[in-house]
Amino acid sequence: MAKPVKIRAKLKGEVASIKSLMPHPMETGTRKDPEGNVVAAHYIETVTCEHNGETIVVADWGPSVSKNPYFAFQILSAKTGDTVKISWTDNLGETSTGETTLK
Amino acid sequence: MQFDIKRRRLVQGLLALTALAIVPLRALARNKEAFEATSPDDALKSLFGDKAVSDSDQVSLKVPDIAENGAVVPVTVESSLAGVASISIIVIENPNPLSARFQMNPAVAANISTRIKMGQSSDVVAAVETDEGVFVTRKNVKVTIGGCGG
Repeated sequence: MAKPVKIRAKLKGEVASIKSLMPHPMETGTRKDPEGNVVAAHYIETVTCEHNGETIVVADWGPSVSKNPYFAFQILSAKTGDTVKISWTDNLGETSTGETTLK
Repeated sequence: MQFDIKRRRLVQGLLALTALAIVPLRALARNKEAFEATSPDDALKSLFGDKAVSDSDQVSLKVPDIAENGAVVPVTVESSLAGVASISIIVIENPNPLSARFQMNPAVAANISTRIKMGQSSDVVAAVETDEGVFVTRKNVKVTIGGCGG
């Protein structure tokens, strides 16, 4: 079971700064384990960010995004009580999501 | 009565259609070809087709000059251009140069940060797509320990 997306949001005036962390191995498919076996590729392919249910960012990633990916962005017109939801899908079809309410 | 139900269905259908039409972010599906491209030019071509690509000082790329650990290189891309539709990060020397592509709608600032892996010292390119074309900035990052393989 994939761990949830961690979201930290800060509202300053109308601008919400969103920082997110997604626990994930992000295996490239080229790395070898200590026994010399290739570790199969396992990485997040698509990240979707929603603001009050409306999709505002869709990120497509390759395996060259770092392990336990970090992603930060800003929502330009946000207010207290708005919801921000971030979800991902990886190349093996696993998914995870995280949600927060702006304070 | 029968007519009423049909009418209701029709109205519901129309409402559903309008709801679809007003979703502002029309994100393109993942461009597999671009992520599998092994040369930066192929990646750019498959992302942007024939759109003109030009250097711009309105795209700012923040990366460290020297990355001690190639597995975690912080990248921030910011742009003062209007109508940014997408931001892409390309590492010239990586086996698959395209690292990430962010499609966004106007509700989001053209200012994103993430962390990427770099196999070796390389130029990093930030490509910002607007209606006017594609605008890029590049910067070199020296990597002391590579982040791919091992």
